[in-house]
Amino acid sequence: MLSHLPILQVIVPLLAAPACLLLDRARAAWLFACMASFISVVISGLLVFQVHQFGVLSYSLGGWDAPWGIEYRIDLLSAYVLLIVSGIGALMILAADTAIRIEIPSERQPLFYVLYLLCLAGLLGIVATGDIFNVFVFLEISSLATYALIAQGRDRRALWAAYQYLIVGTIGATFILIGIGFLYSLTGTLNMQDLANRLPALESSATAFTAFAFLMVGVCLKLALFPLHLWLPNAYAYAPSIVTAFLAATATKVAVYLLIRFHFSVFGVGFAASVLPLHSIFLVLGLVGVFVASLVAIQQPNVKRLFAYSSVAQIGYMIIGIGIGTVTGLQATLLHLFNHALMKGALFLALAAIVFRFGSADIRHFAGLGQRMPWTMAIIVIGGLSLIGVPGTVGFISKWYLILAAFERDWWPLIIAVLLGSLLAVIYIWRLIEVAYFREGEGESRGEAPLSLLIPTAILALANIYFGIDTRLPVYLSDSAAQMLFGGGP
Amino acid sequence: MLPELYNYWVVIVLMMIGFYIVIVQGNLIKKLIGLNIFQTSVFIFYISVGKVEGGSAPILAEGVSVYSNPLPHVLILTAIVVGIATMALALALVVRIKNAYGTVEEEELQERDLRC
Repeated sequence: MLSHLPILQVIVPLLAAPACLLLDRARAAWLFACMASFISVVISGLLVFQVHQFGVLSYSLGGWDAPWGIEYRIDLLSAYVLLIVSGIGALMILAADTAIRIEIPSERQPLFYVLYLLCLAGLLGIVATGDIFNVFVFLEISSLATYALIAQGRDRRALWAAYQYLIVGTIGATFILIGIGFLYSLTGTLNMQDLANRLPALESSATAFTAFAFLMVGVCLKLALFPLHLWLPNAYAYAPSIVTAFLAATATKVAVYLLIRFHFSVFGVGFAASVLPLHSIFLVLGLVGVFVASLVAIQQPNVKRLFAYSSVAQIGYMIIGIGIGTVTGLQATLLHLFNHALMKGALFLALAAIVFRFGSADIRHFAGLGQRMPWTMAIIVIGGLSLIGVPGTVGFISKWYLILAAFERDWWPLIIAVLLGSLLAVIYIWRLIEVAYFREGEGESRGEAPLSLLIPTAILALANIYFGIDTRLPVYLSDSAAQMLFGGGP
Repeated sequence: MLPELYNYWVVIVLMMIGFYIVIVQGNLIKKLIGLNIFQTSVFIFYISVGKVEGGSAPILAEGVSVYSNPLPHVLILTAIVVGIATMALALALVVRIKNAYGTVEEEELQERDLRC
């Protein structure tokens, strides 16, 4: 049983999705989806443990050995990302039952869980697989589910946002497909490990270079790297709140994982370095992304949209980490994957609570919220502090490692830029705090969010503080993963 | 060079036509048609890659020694299925957009959003 964990990680939510379809009552579907999600968390926990204990796990699907069959390959990096995705997925589904009550009509609620599980299965599949074509298939499974999830939003603009994301997402996925085609025609293999062995000899080949370019652009579309981020703010702003929370905490993380996987494991760090200054491009785009997105975030009246732009800025930080091009830089990126999932998960779930009470996340509802919803507001403050990078929160840890990486390289301008970027975050968080605590609310008073929403949110907020103080688990995992990626190790 | 590799030229031309339509067209349905052409060009690319000149279908038979590579063809079957699913979802979205906004023209959509 234990040796089948890599495939079970994907197959449990994948099979649970159609099974969920058979349950036509929302509550039953919710319980079932909860069960499947929690099994996923247990599996990913066991996987982390196994990888830590025995090293890389390789699983041959159907007993066909790699490179002929499809291989599922779990190393420290994938185990780490699997843990993030399944952990966030399970916490979100706990809150989902309450959160979708007013946002999705009751007859569509069972279907919501089907889509949710499909999306989860797709995301987990991307991370678990060691086959490059399998990546494309899972990418499309998760993307198709995501488009449908976004379209569930109550505002009609959700439909338009979903359509735009579908166009951009399909172009991105097709680019990845073209890249895979080039790689296959060049090497005759689809297995990532096999590709990694064969590609170094073909470094000067124009085909390999073209494949590399297509894959990178395709993945960057998916991860909403500035300036390819235009689909993201609308999609996040108009999707149901719980969907936004789930996507913000997982989907972009998986895309960053894919970028790291292609860049470091498949092609190797030094690939095409003489032709394409990829790291400088990442640095510049990351920095511009941080500043532009933060400045736009400051002006947003819709708080969901504000945090959506803030997500684009945070993705900028992750890309800067890769752009620095050292082990510490990559570690900062990996840490921020984990930490950003915690903070944006907490923030968007808190927004889901506000939408539950007020019907929208417009900033005018925030007036007097400090008294009306003290717990929700406290969570937003914790998440906000974490976003800024105040010591004692997880945000500080990622910023610390990012600055450490820049320091190792003696890149003072970068350190100053990162600090300035954090100041911009102070401005948009302060705007919320000012309205919530120093402005009187008008109209009838509405109480705190229900506990079923508050508890998962509080767990995420506490995790923000806990992992900000006890950093052993993420630091150990990200450090070993970063060294493995640079060492070209197992 | 042109005659032997003409199917790759077809791929490039189709890809650019599709991409251009996606970017330029304001009509949501026409955008989807562009997207479809774009995807189809990739299908042709995969099929061309797998074809071996003079090769037969990969079924063991007497007197046949050259076979085409079936793997890209199988891969692209999967991608075609994905493409159909995407198209079905996209068309469903367009139907709902039409119901909600009363139009499928990008400019009019944005106008109506600004007005309210």
